[in-house]
Amino acid sequence: MAQKPKVAFYWCASCGGCEETVIDLDEKVLDVVAAVDIVFWPCAMDFKYSDIETMADGSIAVSFINGAIRTSEQEHVARLLRNKSALVVAFGDCAWMGGIPALANLKSKKGIFNRSYLESPTIVNPEKIVPLEKSVYKGTEVTLPKFYDTVYKLDDIMEVDYYLPGCPPTAKIVANALAAVVAGQLPERKSVLASDKSLCSSCSRNETKPDSVIIKEFKRIHQVIADPETCFLAQGIVCMGPSTRDGCDYPCIKGNMPCTGCFGPVAGADQGARMTAALGGVIESEEEADIERVVSGIPDPAGTFYRYGLSASLLGSKRKDKI
Amino acid sequence: MDDFNPAIIAFVCNWCSYAGADKAGGQKLPYPSNVKLIRVMCSGRVDPQFVMKAFREGADGVMVLGCHPGDCHYRNGNMKALRRFKLLERMLSQLGIEKERFKLDWVSAGESARFQELAKKMTDTIKKLGPLHLRGMVESEVA
Repeated sequence: MAQKPKVAFYWCASCGGCEETVIDLDEKVLDVVAAVDIVFWPCAMDFKYSDIETMADGSIAVSFINGAIRTSEQEHVARLLRNKSALVVAFGDCAWMGGIPALANLKSKKGIFNRSYLESPTIVNPEKIVPLEKSVYKGTEVTLPKFYDTVYKLDDIMEVDYYLPGCPPTAKIVANALAAVVAGQLPERKSVLASDKSLCSSCSRNETKPDSVIIKEFKRIHQVIADPETCFLAQGIVCMGPSTRDGCDYPCIKGNMPCTGCFGPVAGADQGARMTAALGGVIESEEEADIERVVSGIPDPAGTFYRYGLSASLLGSKRKDKI
Repeated sequence: MDDFNPAIIAFVCNWCSYAGADKAGGQKLPYPSNVKLIRVMCSGRVDPQFVMKAFREGADGVMVLGCHPGDCHYRNGNMKALRRFKLLERMLSQLGIEKERFKLDWVSAGESARFQELAKKMTDTIKKLGPLHLRGMVESEVA
């Protein structure tokens, strides 16, 4: 019998939702288990890093890595899996473009540590203890991984072969990706394994979008009762559809919630820049002061437009050519 | 900071601001060579992505210059630019780029002196601010 392809799963700075997606494959997960040999999946099964270290380079067919890179341990294991794997797939938004953890890049590391360990009203820390890479406890030196200044996306630190979008990726696109790996029918390397079009192209509400959308005031979803059939933008509600990749089968829209952009930018675009262009273009106002009032209806543009991808922003990622 | 020679990109509209800059040249009005012009058909053509890319590729400051309100060759392209860049300005400051590093303003075809003035002012402002460093995270928050 031919050997089954070896598959590894790993998580870095992430919430565990991507692991959940694998479970969401339901009974199809049994097909996966039948078709492949899972050699590493710390979230679900008992493995040690040494299990991977002793394997031959390139012997894992594919490693699915979710989560952004914030610590030296995450970088170390990601690089280890890179060496041992023929293919590495960035699984979900955090690995692809930084995800929710990358919003931390809007603040300094020092500010985050101060807030989390010293200033937060729920913290009682009279000795002002903060995590250190090295400290001595009862005469023993204990160490923690280094906490980087920046939240990196996976391909900031190493080569990545494919990207699976979503927060988390839907069971359908995961199943498609797994099937493509098993069948050896993957598209061109470095592809995002989803549509290149925008969500609006398949949205069920597209037909209710007027020829020219006009926004006089931005409304947030908790301020209005959204009509369940009409295009959110036509209702003045920020919907990330125009700049977001299609392929999720719009569960949020079906639940009467606007798209928040988790499938990342459409091919070739910067998600925030595209959204700024789209929304800025449809504001109906000619007076500078009034325009300022309208745009202040989006209190946190960076967090809204790059909710899942600040590390992939033109300005949120490191200018590697200069520094 | 005397040796700091900032790079400033100015997107100028073909119909007004470029002509204004051209006139400044014709009249031999000197303006700092730090300001590099990119001619576009309309300030409304300047996608926020162009501005962000300019910063990413090394610009320390970016200007978008269009026709005065009411004068747009395409009727309201400049107003579209105004709306977009009001939104972009808010986002840039969140990303750690001081608001002085980006400027949207109007220069008509006859306003060579105004172009010269804006170019000088922007260069002075950026020289005072110093070079822009994009490090992938915000080191200190800006207003």
